[in-house]
Amino acid sequence: MVALTSEPIDVAAALTFLQSEQAGAIDFFLGVVRDNTQDRSVDRLEYEAYDRMALSEMQKIADDAQQRWPILRYTIIHRKGILQIGEIAVLIGVSTAHRAAAFEACRYIIDTIKQTVPIWKKEVFTDGEEWVNAHP
Amino acid sequence: MDSSVSVLLFGITRDLTGQSAVSVPLTEGDNVGDLINQLHQNYPALAGIRSLLVAVNGEYAESEQILVHHDEIALIPPVSGG
Repeated sequence: MVALTSEPIDVAAALTFLQSEQAGAIDFFLGVVRDNTQDRSVDRLEYEAYDRMALSEMQKIADDAQQRWPILRYTIIHRKGILQIGEIAVLIGVSTAHRAAAFEACRYIIDTIKQTVPIWKKEVFTDGEEWVNAHP
Repeated sequence: MDSSVSVLLFGITRDLTGQSAVSVPLTEGDNVGDLINQLHQNYPALAGIRSLLVAVNGEYAESEQILVHHDEIALIPPVSGG
């Protein structure tokens, strides 16, 4: 399943969702808000999404991953709104029979999300703010 | 037939224009490239953005795609999810 949410991401619920009797491996990738970028001190991040397209692009990535690896279950959840240091911005979870496919699929999904899904993050510093990747 | 389309704005494009949607005049037969040119004329500050893509009805569009007035059009500045 893919989702956008304004609520904190529930890792335990995602784990329960991914479990299956055929699954020998469950991989998670958690993208977390850190307190600095390029030596600037970050106060918080603000995420914004073009919801309908973000969901459809995330679904395309999930469908692609399912074509490439024998995925049993997957979950892709992205936060929106204001996030504080330490909060989970994105969760990717994949269950497969064996670990190699779970690692590879997880990495493919997060790397592709960063390239194509219309979600934007603004870094709010202690001394200013900036939309990430927006400027040359 | 001349008309206009509404273009949804997100992220830095919303901040630069101060609006979450703008109306852009469109002539029949105009494509995505024409729309981008119009937007650059009306909002010169957009030139400072690294790249601008356009989505039509929720899908990335090529610059040759022809627009019609009931399309849902969105300007997509560089994405930065994750």
